[in-house]
Amino acid sequence: MRITHWITVISFLALLVTGGEILISHPRFYWGETGNSGTTPLFKIPIPASRDTVPSGYNYVMPDQNGWSRYLHFEAAWVLVITGLVYVVASALNSHFRKNLLPLPADRNWRAIRHVFAKSLHRGPPDPGESRTYNVVQRTTYLVVIFVLCPLVIWTGLALSPAFDSAVPAAVNLLGGRQSARTLHFFVSDLLVLFLIVHVAMIVLAGFWSRMRAMITGHIEASEERL
Amino acid sequence: MSNISRRKLITTGLAATAGVAGLATAHRLAQRYGLIPPDGGGLYGAGETLTYAAQRILTRHSMAREFPRSMISEKPFGNETAPPGDAFKRHQATGFSDWKLTVDGMVAHPTSFSLSDLKSLPIHNQITEVACEEGWSYVAEWIGTPLHNVLDAVGVLPQARYIAYFSIQPDWWESVDMADATHPQTFLTMGMNDGELPVQFGGPLRLRVPRQLGYKSVKYITHITATDSLKRFGKGLGSASPEAGYAWYAGI
Repeated sequence: MRITHWITVISFLALLVTGGEILISHPRFYWGETGNSGTTPLFKIPIPASRDTVPSGYNYVMPDQNGWSRYLHFEAAWVLVITGLVYVVASALNSHFRKNLLPLPADRNWRAIRHVFAKSLHRGPPDPGESRTYNVVQRTTYLVVIFVLCPLVIWTGLALSPAFDSAVPAAVNLLGGRQSARTLHFFVSDLLVLFLIVHVAMIVLAGFWSRMRAMITGHIEASEERL
Repeated sequence: MSNISRRKLITTGLAATAGVAGLATAHRLAQRYGLIPPDGGGLYGAGETLTYAAQRILTRHSMAREFPRSMISEKPFGNETAPPGDAFKRHQATGFSDWKLTVDGMVAHPTSFSLSDLKSLPIHNQITEVACEEGWSYVAEWIGTPLHNVLDAVGVLPQARYIAYFSIQPDWWESVDMADATHPQTFLTMGMNDGELPVQFGGPLRLRVPRQLGYKSVKYITHITATDSLKRFGKGLGSASPEAGYAWYAGI
């Protein structure tokens, strides 16, 4: 099952880079159904665009990378969706969600959550066995990423497909229109990037190589328990 | 070797064999039902084939969203095009009165249509969105004759699988499969928002394919051809877009 994590890492990074490249061709966001260089944006990303038709405020036009970026974005999306399905089905069958990700009954309260933050802010020693289990904040975050953010990023992305929308108009209409869907796709992606940054920061704080070894081999050295 | 790792090895081996066999079968089936796009090879071919096959199955008869008149964009955006060539300028000088659309290839009666010939076919209108792969969009009313009227008039042969269409501007051409070519919203467009189709938006004749992104809606159409294979056109990748690095199928 750890393999699904690493396939997800590779495809997410591919989606991130290519998504950024596609964004560069029109770094303006709108709300509602329509929006273009002639209308007022909701907000702009202050970077030059890869099209000279975009009023970016710069005299510089970036190189167009949309062709391969779009090919790779959708290919990586397929890999991510298929891997995600395998992970979700397998985790439901082997009780990974119930055993490791659902917060323990004793932890389903604000006091337990405050305890996690207070302890990490005071840099207190880890609770016994903490390198083998997730605390309530980690568990909640993982569940939100798996069951809220990932489905949302797929939905908002699919809503940008005119062909998909012809078959399932509600996919885009429920989001408030094509440009709203694009803006939401950007925001949900930002939240996933925020998760990635915090996730990697925690790995670095916990000991990058020991955590990497654990996630690759599945084994935790007995000596690490004392850390 | 312990029993567990042997069992694991056998299961993994069986799963891999089943996977490869499954993929081979899926590939054969996809080929048989025309679900592999002309640019379905190479590094991105697998993703492209999955996208095209999935969307073709899901959207064979679905209709692009149409909007109320109140949602027509006040500021449509006519994307920039290469400067018009001499051939286009000559037609522009005469008000496009000699504009011809030649339809040939795998058809029973190759025919040239003038704009007034096209206007004598049943004229329809649709209020649909132009969505550019860059991310921007606008809604407009498009007036024209569904492409299938022209295809019916020339008698496209049953073995034709694609319709390729060419702009008067050099190296600007696209193609669609028959599902999109015969789709009721695929228009040979001559009017926009109650007026003539402006040059900036593809006038005098643009092929609108509203279920795909804007770059499939080629401007200044003069030639349409029916074919059973796209291999002999251009570099054999289906249209000018894959030759420039863009996907042939632009449903997403």
